[in-house]
Amino acid sequence: MSESLESLQDAALAAIAAAADLRTLEALRVEWLGKKGRITERLKQLGELEGYERKAFGEKVNRVKQAVAEALAGRQQILEAAALEAQLAAEAIDVTLPGRGLPAGGLHPITRTIARIERLFNDLGFETVEGPEVEDDFHNFTALNIPELHPARAMHDTFYVDQGRGVLRTHTSPVQIRTLEALVQRGAQPPVRVIAPGRVFRCDSDRTHSPMFHQIEGLYVAENVSFADLQHELRTFLARFFEREVTVRFRPSYFPFTEPSAEADLLDEQGRWLEVLGCGMVHPKVFEAVGLDPERYTGFAFGLGVERFAMLRYGVDDLRQFFHNDLRFLEQFR
Amino acid sequence: MKLSFNWLREWVPLEGGAQALADRITLAGLESEAAPLAVTAPEGVVVGRIISCAPHPQADRLQVCSVDVGAEAPLTIVCGAANARPGIHVPCATVGARLPGGQAIGQAKLRGVESFGMLCSAQELGLAEKADGLLELDADSRPGTPIAQYLSFDDEVLSLELTPNRGDCLSVLGLAREVAAIYGIPMRRPSLPPAVVVGDRQVRIEIAQADACPHYTGRLITRLRADARTPDWMRERLRRSGIRAIHPVVDVTNYVMLELGQPLHAFDQAKLQGGIQVRPAQPGERLALLNEQTVQLDHGELVIADEQRALALAGVMGGADSAVDASTTAIFLESACFSPTAVAGTGRRHKLHSDSLHRFERGVDPGLQRIALDRASQLIVQLCGGEVHPITQAGRTQPDGVTVALRAARVERLLGMAIPAKTIEALLGRLGMTLRHDVGGTWQVKVPSYRTDIREEVDLIEEIARLQGYDAIPVRPYGATLTPSAANERRLPVQVLRERLVGRGWQEAVNLAFVDPAIQSVLIPEGAAVALDNPLAETLGELRRTLWAGLLPAWQHNEQRQQRRLRLFEVAVCFERVEGAIVEQGRIAGIATGTAAPEHWDLPPRATDFYDLRADVEALLGALLPQCSFEAAAHPALHPGQCARVLREGVEIGWVGRLHPRVVQALDLTEAPLLFELVLAAVCDRAVPRAQPMSEFPSSRRDLAVVVPEALPAEALIARARAVGGPQLVQAKVFDVYRGKGLSDGCKSIAIGLIFNDNSRTLQNEDIDRAAQAILADWQQRLDAVVRG
Repeated sequence: MSESLESLQDAALAAIAAAADLRTLEALRVEWLGKKGRITERLKQLGELEGYERKAFGEKVNRVKQAVAEALAGRQQILEAAALEAQLAAEAIDVTLPGRGLPAGGLHPITRTIARIERLFNDLGFETVEGPEVEDDFHNFTALNIPELHPARAMHDTFYVDQGRGVLRTHTSPVQIRTLEALVQRGAQPPVRVIAPGRVFRCDSDRTHSPMFHQIEGLYVAENVSFADLQHELRTFLARFFEREVTVRFRPSYFPFTEPSAEADLLDEQGRWLEVLGCGMVHPKVFEAVGLDPERYTGFAFGLGVERFAMLRYGVDDLRQFFHNDLRFLEQFR
Repeated sequence: MKLSFNWLREWVPLEGGAQALADRITLAGLESEAAPLAVTAPEGVVVGRIISCAPHPQADRLQVCSVDVGAEAPLTIVCGAANARPGIHVPCATVGARLPGGQAIGQAKLRGVESFGMLCSAQELGLAEKADGLLELDADSRPGTPIAQYLSFDDEVLSLELTPNRGDCLSVLGLAREVAAIYGIPMRRPSLPPAVVVGDRQVRIEIAQADACPHYTGRLITRLRADARTPDWMRERLRRSGIRAIHPVVDVTNYVMLELGQPLHAFDQAKLQGGIQVRPAQPGERLALLNEQTVQLDHGELVIADEQRALALAGVMGGADSAVDASTTAIFLESACFSPTAVAGTGRRHKLHSDSLHRFERGVDPGLQRIALDRASQLIVQLCGGEVHPITQAGRTQPDGVTVALRAARVERLLGMAIPAKTIEALLGRLGMTLRHDVGGTWQVKVPSYRTDIREEVDLIEEIARLQGYDAIPVRPYGATLTPSAANERRLPVQVLRERLVGRGWQEAVNLAFVDPAIQSVLIPEGAAVALDNPLAETLGELRRTLWAGLLPAWQHNEQRQQRRLRLFEVAVCFERVEGAIVEQGRIAGIATGTAAPEHWDLPPRATDFYDLRADVEALLGALLPQCSFEAAAHPALHPGQCARVLREGVEIGWVGRLHPRVVQALDLTEAPLLFELVLAAVCDRAVPRAQPMSEFPSSRRDLAVVVPEALPAEALIARARAVGGPQLVQAKVFDVYRGKGLSDGCKSIAIGLIFNDNSRTLQNEDIDRAAQAILADWQQRLDAVVRG
């Protein structure tokens, strides 16, 4: 017994407390508690003792062993926490630097507006349909009750191809005709509830006119559709599109393919009435042109200018910006 | 159409101003606005009579005028107007006057002569945009009368944007009638005394085409005073409608057209040869028109002719040869009804516009001709004196009345509200219709002759709704019958493709469908584009055959604005000619320029290349990718070495590649952008996914590297691997391509990772080695591949 257990314990605890890193601590664990450790060695002396002495000494050594083990564990926790701290500090980066890879692009405001309007109507059971952009005279005019010499034709400023045999559609209304024709051809009957977004063309270009622009046509035909239905659906649409209570007035107007016809005006924040869409009850001549019985079916149709809605919604004040495709403009719609 | 509000008020009693009227009738379908005659009425401007004019001692162009303004002493006024001369009556701004433009008039010394006011033109009074010379007034105007009163500056101008169906409102009479109906008040029709017939000469009138001209009336008026002047009251009314006074006779015809809606035409009787014919033009016939244009009449245009030649384009425009002029002393005055189609075709063909055509095209009351002829005759005599001869008339004398059946039930069904029978009768009655009860809630409605737009039941229903007010019609929430069709999942919504590109940094563009033929022909030299018959400009002459024709200029627009890196895509239709027919095809296309990624602190800048773009195309193809291949092929617009045709199951569905250097040069571009274009239908059509079982056993990988000739496409190795690898080869992908040190020129090394898997067992090493060896052997044998050692 060269050294008392007490001093042995003191020496161990002092060494552990002084251990600066985990490797040193591990060495201390081996030195004191390892198979040949200084405390383990003491346990081996047990065999030399007998009876009560043996029991008392055993308990004493075990207490020392436990104290040293606790000290090791405690010190390890502290050192591990410090090591993690150091690692984290070393791994810190500048999170204010921008990320790698590509920034998101964006949809064109026209497309975005069409998608939004389409969704609003799709929700209400209007199915999206399409039609050709080069139309014939019948679908663009005649079937829509605009005979050849009608003054309304002169208002359409039509682009022609193939020596007048083809017309670039001046409105999306011919899709009404094509939809109803297809219905009749496959032997089906109304109800029909469709919208038709698309490019349209007029031979006119200035600050407020683009030779190509976009319209969305809507058509609902069934057995008892009335002007009261039309008013409700369009009022609801306008309120949903602009996300506010809107003041709308329906003003009598004239389109050859609807009767009664109306323009819907919206009251803006400055108290001015803005014309936003044209609409009306499908003219019996249109039903006759496609072979539906105008006595049995009634319907409403509407057409709206997408650019107008996009301008109102997004505060665009120059129509031509939509077609310049200037990134500085487009990137505002990401 | 513009009209004097005061004039209208003579025909219908109205309280309130023009704006209140405009607002009210706008809501009844007559879109209109009101504007004051001038911002402010002139103050201190009076009628003046120039007593004498003396040359200005210091200035050649100025005269020193003595002007009677109704005061005791005349005023001395220096004036520079060329038409200043003794005896004329003109507006005179006295010292202290204020013109409508705000200009104050003071005493002034002009080149040494004291001037006590200013003589005014119509422009200075705010009555005209431009004027040359002083505004000359009637000789009987009393000097000293305030001009604001004399020219009724209390008036307002109504501007109407009438829809084409309401030709009946293109006159004071028509508008007054409509306003009375809207307000539910009676009209106040001034009495228009007919002309007293004193002569007995008749002109023979023949109508050769009754459907084009159902009714024609005319008469001679002789012994007219050639020096007559149109009085100020008439001039001002014409001016307020935007019509310039030209000649008393012409002014009367215009005045009556504005007043009653009947276009009239006066021929100089001295220039006519024999009777009047209303006939189609003979082939080759030419006619010099009043607008100094000469037209060649080859399409049987309806003309008014004498026995020798065509005199006027019926209802459209008069001829120069028979026009009334300063020497005219006798006229043949025409008041006719031409059918809309007869005049519209002529107008369209010769690109002519006139107030007369505008009205006939929309339908003129077939009952109006005699009334208007009499009214005009009376006014002409009032202005120019003369002898009125009897009316000659040809064609139908009594217009056919139209009767339309109206069902109360139909009104309710279409409007969604029941309107009491009494209300319907009252509303239509206000519009001059007479209703006769028929059986069971039906009326027979007799339509007045001026409502040429009302021909069927629905026209009447619109009238009821309009007069009732659309705001009186209820709102009916969702009574819709719905038959939703199955949602087609085989067709990928285009919006998904758009969003995919947006997620990869692309910005969407919308270009015009018309493109510059000079650009398009460089991109696609063969075949012909669909050209517009009437393009707005040469550079917008063709419909696009490729979206690149619009995207390239869009890039240039941005490049000129310092936007170097660009990713622009567009979804639109392209137009091709196939066997003469025009075929439309939806496409999605893009253009990429600049660096692969935006400038970044940790990424070395690298120019965009083929593989950047191919990755975007692959992303668009998505699940279709296994069915698709990219093969080296030639496209006239693309770099022959950096261009791939995209195939789906062997069918071409698009292209991706770099713009050909030749095109870059031809279009004077600064770099060669990368482009892609895909057929929308082919990309959007895809099978609904069916989930396949996944193997529960581990997969194994073998990597093979072989040296192959440079010209061998990597895809060939993959394709052969798939062909001989058996069903257990689940993936084969290139993971390295190497050229250079250790390899001979013209060779490259390609490393391919092969992944094997089986659904029923764990594959043994021997199985995998055997399969890999088989692939390698195949490559060596068929593709001249050499194992890299």
